[in-house]
Amino acid sequence: MSPLLLADLTVFTLGLLVGFEVISKVPATLHTPLMSGANAIHGVVLVGVMLLAASISTPAGYALLAVAAFFAAMNVAGGYVVTDRMLAMFRSRS
Amino acid sequence: MSGFDTVVHLIYLLCATAFVIGLHLMNAPATARRGNQVSAAGMGVAILTTLAVLIKGGQVDPWAAWALGLGATGGTAAGLIAARVVRMTAMPQLVSLFNAVGGGAAALIALGERPASTQAEVTGVLDVLIGALTFSGSLIASGKLAGRVPGRPIVVPYGRLISIGLAAVAAVTAVLVVGFDGGILALSGAAVAALAAGVLLTLPIGGADMPVVISLLNACTGTAVAMAGFVLESTPLIIAGALVGAAGAILTKLMADAMNRPISAIIAGGYGTGDAVAVAVGAGSAAVREITADDAAIQLAYAAKVMIVPGYGLAAAQAQHEAVALAQALTSHGVEVSYAIHPVAGRMPGHMNVLLAEANAPYEQLQDLEESNPAFPRTDVALVIGANDVTNPAARRPGNPVSGMPILDVDLARSVIVIKRSLGHGYAGIDNELYTDPRTAMLFADAKAGLNALLAGVSAYAK
Repeated sequence: MSPLLLADLTVFTLGLLVGFEVISKVPATLHTPLMSGANAIHGVVLVGVMLLAASISTPAGYALLAVAAFFAAMNVAGGYVVTDRMLAMFRSRS
Repeated sequence: MSGFDTVVHLIYLLCATAFVIGLHLMNAPATARRGNQVSAAGMGVAILTTLAVLIKGGQVDPWAAWALGLGATGGTAAGLIAARVVRMTAMPQLVSLFNAVGGGAAALIALGERPASTQAEVTGVLDVLIGALTFSGSLIASGKLAGRVPGRPIVVPYGRLISIGLAAVAAVTAVLVVGFDGGILALSGAAVAALAAGVLLTLPIGGADMPVVISLLNACTGTAVAMAGFVLESTPLIIAGALVGAAGAILTKLMADAMNRPISAIIAGGYGTGDAVAVAVGAGSAAVREITADDAAIQLAYAAKVMIVPGYGLAAAQAQHEAVALAQALTSHGVEVSYAIHPVAGRMPGHMNVLLAEANAPYEQLQDLEESNPAFPRTDVALVIGANDVTNPAARRPGNPVSGMPILDVDLARSVIVIKRSLGHGYAGIDNELYTDPRTAMLFADAKAGLNALLAGVSAYAK
């Protein structure tokens, strides 16, 4: 196993543990915005699609890249906006 | 590592921190919106930083730059429009759709990237398999939630055999990719098999199980994105993917627990038709007591504490605004009102809370299972609207379809009013013993009409 893979696995495992810890404290009232907000966070896949662009140089590759960019951008933009819309509705009694 | 690379890594670390802090702030309604904004800011910085990396690297050819730019612009527009116009009742299908495209993008990354190492090959296959499965699975789930695909469980002939076949194809392609440098052809085979498996897995799952399924698919997308992070050796993807994977896993478990159904049984499907054969439980066909809207309104107006118990029937009838209007009328009349919300009172985790919040219910009044159950014994009137199985006291006894399911202890309230169109069954297909309880009165009406009648009655008495 390469040192790089070990480092990545460490980050992944700790990320999971932090996720469990932080998210188990979210009240049931907010579970829909939580899921939607978490959904938006995996929109970071757009960063991956951008990095992928550097190694694409065929027509099929361009098509794949465009579709992937469309998907990822829709995920990230829509996800954050719709989560914000929902959370704006949660108002206090005052 | 050059100075530029170091700075980029530190910025990525900052973004990951923003994601974690953002999720942490979601632990209370008062700070949740700021949390989402912190997370979004982190995302924006991550994207801009990556843009800087690409520009400095100078390796993106012009066509690829155009493809990336056009795709991202189109996707952003589509996402923004969908996010702005969606109705809150349609939220589950939109979240499912965003989940689908996220998984799809993760799978496409592994299909497009030439693996540089065995690590990249292994994680690439996993990325393609999980990403493609969650893409097609979430699309079907989204279609079911939107009513474009029939919500009832669809039994595929020889479904189990086909699933085993697809798993075999996936395994073979995985071996080809990792062991024999099978490349893009084998990866595409894996993608097709996983796409088919996603459809096959989701079709047989009924509407009642949807909260579990979309949580599970959410966890899958998180994992797929983390795998894409391994392929590209990109830490932000690994961290964000792990966070989302954890979120999805927790929600899956909470939802399955709330329905008292093992996740394996949910994936096997076939539940949630709503037309199951009635099973006689206990008193069965004992007489129920009917009440008029006027009498029910008097009872509500003279109560000190009222708990409203909304179920999916309320959302289906779009009556959440009427429910909140009634609650406001009661509150201004001096009655203490709160909502007792079961975890599966909706089509996704927490859905009912969003619908009530949209209708202007203050979040202090939204109470979950643990908060509401101790409050029922000191409640004068529990008003049940469109909730069925989650209020059935039969769940406390063994030997019936709802046994062991966590329920709202509505029957412990001093009196109960149930608004319901008929004595029909819930998903579990059994009689609800709450309806024949001597303390329960049935108001036979459509949720909207019944609530309006109650509101009129309460307003008349509150003068």
